[in-house]
Amino acid sequence: MVEEESVRVVRCGGSELNFRRAVFSADSKYIFCVSGDFVKVHSTATEECVHILQGHRNLVTGIQLNPNNHLQTFVVGLKLHALFTLPSAEDSVFVIINKEKPDVFQLVSVKLPKSSSQEIEAKELSFVLDYINQSPKCIAFGNEGEYVAAVRDFYLSVYFFKKKTTSRFTLSSSRNKKHAKNNFTCVACHPKEDCIATGHKDGKIRLWRNFDDDKKYTYTCLHWHHDMVMDLAFSVTGTSLLSGGRESVLVEWRDATEKNKEFLPRLGATIEHISVSPAGDLFCTSHSDNKIIVIHRNLEASAVIQGLVKDSNIFTGLMVDPRTKALVLNGKPGHLQFYSLQHDKQLYNLDIIQQEYINDYGLIQIELTKAAFGCYGNWLATVEQRQEKETELELQMKLWMYNKKTQGFVLNTKVNMPHEDHITALCFCNAEKFENPTLVTSSKDGHFKVWILTDDSDIYKKAVGWTCDFVGSYHKYQATNCCFSEDGSLLAVSFEEIVTIWDSETWELKCTFCQRAGKIRHLCFGRLTCSKYLLGATENGILCCWNLLSCALEWSAKLNVRVMEPDPNSENIAAISRSSVGSDLFVFKPSEPRPLYIQKNISREEVQWGVFVPRDVPESFTSEAYQWLNRSQFYFLTKSQSLLTFSTKSPEEKLTPTSKQLLAEESLPTTPFYFILGKHREQQDEKINEAFESELVQLPLTENIPAISELLHTPAHVLPSASFLCSKFVSSLLLSKETKSGEEIPEDVDMEEGKESDDSDEENDFTEKIQDTNNTDLGEDLLHQLSKSEEKELRKFRKVDYSWITVL
Amino acid sequence: MGEFKVHRVRFFNYVPSGIRCVAYNNQSNRLAVSRTDGTVEIYNLSANYFQEKFFPGHESRATEALCWAKGQRLFSGGLNGEIIEYDLQALNIKYAMDAFGGPIWSMAVSPCGSQLLVGCEDGSVKLFQITPDKIQFERNFDRQKSRILSLSWHPSGTHIAAGSIDYISVFDVKSGSAVHKMLVDRQYMGVSKRKCIIWGVAFLSDGTVISVDSAGKVQFWDSATGTLVKNHLIANADVQSIAVSDQEDSFVVGTAEGTVFHFQLVSVTSNSSEKQWVRTKPFQHHTHDVRAVAHSPTALISGGTDTHLVIRPLMEKVEVKNYDAALRKITFPHRRLISCSKKRHLLLFQFAHHLELWRLGSTVATGKNGDTLPLSKDADHLLHLKTKGPENIICSCISPCGSWIAYSTTSRFFLYRLNYEHDNISLQRVSKMPAFLRSALQILFSEDSTKLFVASNQGSLHIIRLLEGSFKHLHTFQPQSGTVESMCLLAVSPDGNWLAASGTSAGVHVYNIKHLKLHCTVPAYNFPVTALAIAPSTNNLVIAHSDQQPLPNDKTLLYNPLPPTNESDVIRRRTAHAFKISKIYKPLLFMDLLDERTLVAVERPLDDIIAQLPPPIKKKKFGT
Repeated sequence: MVEEESVRVVRCGGSELNFRRAVFSADSKYIFCVSGDFVKVHSTATEECVHILQGHRNLVTGIQLNPNNHLQTFVVGLKLHALFTLPSAEDSVFVIINKEKPDVFQLVSVKLPKSSSQEIEAKELSFVLDYINQSPKCIAFGNEGEYVAAVRDFYLSVYFFKKKTTSRFTLSSSRNKKHAKNNFTCVACHPKEDCIATGHKDGKIRLWRNFDDDKKYTYTCLHWHHDMVMDLAFSVTGTSLLSGGRESVLVEWRDATEKNKEFLPRLGATIEHISVSPAGDLFCTSHSDNKIIVIHRNLEASAVIQGLVKDSNIFTGLMVDPRTKALVLNGKPGHLQFYSLQHDKQLYNLDIIQQEYINDYGLIQIELTKAAFGCYGNWLATVEQRQEKETELELQMKLWMYNKKTQGFVLNTKVNMPHEDHITALCFCNAEKFENPTLVTSSKDGHFKVWILTDDSDIYKKAVGWTCDFVGSYHKYQATNCCFSEDGSLLAVSFEEIVTIWDSETWELKCTFCQRAGKIRHLCFGRLTCSKYLLGATENGILCCWNLLSCALEWSAKLNVRVMEPDPNSENIAAISRSSVGSDLFVFKPSEPRPLYIQKNISREEVQWGVFVPRDVPESFTSEAYQWLNRSQFYFLTKSQSLLTFSTKSPEEKLTPTSKQLLAEESLPTTPFYFILGKHREQQDEKINEAFESELVQLPLTENIPAISELLHTPAHVLPSASFLCSKFVSSLLLSKETKSGEEIPEDVDMEEGKESDDSDEENDFTEKIQDTNNTDLGEDLLHQLSKSEEKELRKFRKVDYSWITVL
Repeated sequence: MGEFKVHRVRFFNYVPSGIRCVAYNNQSNRLAVSRTDGTVEIYNLSANYFQEKFFPGHESRATEALCWAKGQRLFSGGLNGEIIEYDLQALNIKYAMDAFGGPIWSMAVSPCGSQLLVGCEDGSVKLFQITPDKIQFERNFDRQKSRILSLSWHPSGTHIAAGSIDYISVFDVKSGSAVHKMLVDRQYMGVSKRKCIIWGVAFLSDGTVISVDSAGKVQFWDSATGTLVKNHLIANADVQSIAVSDQEDSFVVGTAEGTVFHFQLVSVTSNSSEKQWVRTKPFQHHTHDVRAVAHSPTALISGGTDTHLVIRPLMEKVEVKNYDAALRKITFPHRRLISCSKKRHLLLFQFAHHLELWRLGSTVATGKNGDTLPLSKDADHLLHLKTKGPENIICSCISPCGSWIAYSTTSRFFLYRLNYEHDNISLQRVSKMPAFLRSALQILFSEDSTKLFVASNQGSLHIIRLLEGSFKHLHTFQPQSGTVESMCLLAVSPDGNWLAASGTSAGVHVYNIKHLKLHCTVPAYNFPVTALAIAPSTNNLVIAHSDQQPLPNDKTLLYNPLPPTNESDVIRRRTAHAFKISKIYKPLLFMDLLDERTLVAVERPLDDIIAQLPPPIKKKKFGT
């Protein structure tokens, strides 16, 4: 196992998928998208990530297919701001570079030396256009590289490569007319005609023609968008123009006429980029909520590749869904997102507010402010609020029950105005001895309420609902936090500076603690052996630990705690404090005031939320400092919404390239034979081991499987009719599918490897592999059995069939 | 500039009639505009878009088509079924001729200019030969099922395209038979409208026919095969007019939503000769239907129900950015519709079929410069005088004393005597007008109201002495030998000795009234005269031309009659100049001095005109 590597903070998935336009492969089977330091390759049909291309050590800023060799892609990063390729200029690419001044960018052409290595160093630069916009959306090449159009502020410049001249067209700027937001935002060139489409801040699209003549140039306007046009793209044939913006509607302008347009509405979030596959059958849009939608030519969304939504403010904090082990937090407006950390992919969105989201500035929206899981994921409580004026608070609490049949949450109870004022905390009693689910809410109105699940007034006594059971208060202080002890016997509610302990059986006030050190910001009970301790962190930067048995302060420390999270699998508690230079992490046990582990400066930014995610398989760090990471992994979210965690892997390990190529496998058509053969290959692969670098994948020998060989070797004229064979064949496939592992294994293994660099779950990965091999063994057995039975069946057919042929 | 008490009159409820047809003449750079009341106006585009001629309207003569023929001849056709030719010299109708096909909807002159084609209500297309002094019916083309709403000649003159209801026919001129019938889709945004009216067609030299129709489409047809080539859906309402440039590289269409679209022929790529028609810029200068468009080499011209004539220069064709490069919007006639009785503070407003007499309000209040003074007595509507007959009023005048009103239509001249008894007014028509006073282009009273000057459309100028209740013909100045040009501007000197008269192009003649003879002729200037006046004390003749030259310099004879007295020398010198620009007014139709310190200004805000028009096509406006 990895020993004594230092623990580092690593970014774990959730990188922006929408940073640049996604690129389709030539056959539009795959889509390449820039994601942080990597390039991810997704299948357009299944949405799965099939590859992660690594190699850059910093943000990747551009990706293009090599137009002359469809199997090659160019990727740029760091200091180069965008990349363009042209089929006519075979050995050179265009990049945007930064001049000395921070805001001055140039488009230069780079001559590529002939080299076959992955990284290329090019020295020959030739300047094309100056003072352009940094974004690649503001540059477009037209008419097979005859000219390049660039937009910035209020002008469009067109450079003609043959004539080596630049024409510049200026629009009247906003100082001429009030509110005329003529700024250019993006540009696209018609693939066949001399026509440039430009998007503008006021939502207009201008189509420029005759631009090789400074005097006779002309343009026409298309106006549908009410806000800035974010991106434009022409279809491959140029017959239609696609545009998108904040309206979250993809508009297709057919024949570039204003009246002939089609819409694909309700795409969920602002369209940031649009790209078109070279084959012309697919489009894709990248959205501000970190999502890529693959769209068919007939404007039907066919696949959604969704990353971690980073669009909104996180009010709910980080939670872990006990069922799926997914990270749960605010997603798109009004939704809770369930995000799989292992697959770096959003599992699903749960619409909490269930209202159409109107995307406009200045509208006060309903915010999903609190959420909590209870009873092993059987219940979910959410709180939403909307406050237009100081005195007008709209508050709603919803309780959702997990439905096993539909595998989703179903709304059970809706409570209007559960409190008079903002709800500050929400917690379920998760102790096993409580058969009755119990929920406690605390509010600024000075009360805390206990909600229990009861029979709803239904004559069949089948419906259940939540009702308020108890209302508690303490001297009209605002209730700031609440927390159940691990066994559920005690409830701690903090009222500003005072902590009150209540008996959860009788709802009696047991005792109070008061430290006079400011309002309590965080409150939690110790776990396991430390369950007699209660921890509270105050606004004034004091962390207190009370002993519940002695009802006295055990210890206190001066620590400006921003995040305090208990590990559900151990006694450990992680606290993140904010200092002037950054955020520091402290891990400690409530029983002793000495921290187990300290890591200074885990992030420059303020850390907003943190959570312990239990590991599926524990690690076994022997070093005392890292033992806290054995059972659970700690994730935290900074203010700029990057999700970080702790990993012990070295950067080199992280960056092992995925050498395994799936190319050969992809070349096989996905026929039923393929599944059988693929399974067989997998079997061999297993034997040959990882060292097999898969340049040449041996086609498996079909003779090894009796059923297949029988089928293949029987002369065609004596075979029964295909429909007869088919049902048997399919049924055999169905059975083999039940074993599950077979054909999915190869991909799974690969996926793990891809992810591993993100998640750095080495341990996890390893053990899973063991499991996998076990699985395959099982699968093989089944396969053999099956094929034998199949064999018999086939023989039967043969016998039957001779008679069939004599009739003829 | 001196200080004035200004009457700002806004009760002249004048609404010009909507524009129906526009015809551009490339040779003389003139534009003929017909309005819904039958008025035809001629604009000289070279002379700064000055409206130099006009033919008064007639109730029964609604023009539906207007076109120029060779030799600067202007024809119109209307719903009364008559083809009319206008005499551009004498400013009257040369002749009217019934086409015997019911109402005329369309007209087109052949490219060579010698044949006139008329599309009628009964579906017939009639060909007329244009002879030097008349037109001669030649023959009928194959009769169509429904009315012919638009016509266009192929530039070679061999074929014509005729737009009807639901289809376009292509005729062979030689045989007169329909070669193709191109059916137009009735569908409109998926909904089948009852009928698709082809409002306009244009035949290009390459055989393409462009049609505009009531379903909002601009369609390109191949006339050789009779097939639809391209379809542009541009409006949710009718596309009502089309005009193609002479080079056939751009055309303009007008829609019922008030939008004018420009289409251009642009090359597909810079290095190929393939060209395509592309809709380029939309112009929204109208609020209502654009019934007519024209395409001059440098400008797009449009007019419609909202009564504006809009001239939008094409920036790429304009060499220098000067006054010509600016957008022009012409709403009001370039002639006087208002006359003023200074003595009695009366204003006479001329409408198409009636006259209104108003007494100005008065005030006793005083105030600072720029103040609005409260009225102590409101303006009074004294008289509403309706004309008899269908003809429009050409001109009218009230005498300075306020006791005479004269007006004229195309066929009759009317003179009335007004008697004021306290608040009551009695009106008495002066009968037995002499036979030569049949129609007048301009009427003017002398300052002392004893003489009436009438410019007739024969080019003669009559002087009549007015007596109490009767009149006496004093003299007639006959036009100079050889010219028949009519006088349309008159000015008399305040002392009554001099009369200046000007036609549309020739110089200004000055007559001595005492000796009843021509005094002198001011040589003609390049631009037509737009206004005349004789200064009171100096008897200087001031002539304004349409070229709107910059203000004269210090050497000019014009000076500020009322320089501010209590200002410093510098300001006094600066303000000694006679011309000042005041931008506080809405469009002004009339301005005169009532006395030394009082001005009367008649404003007509454009919004008030729009408010009186029928409501425009309702368009969904985003965010409302």
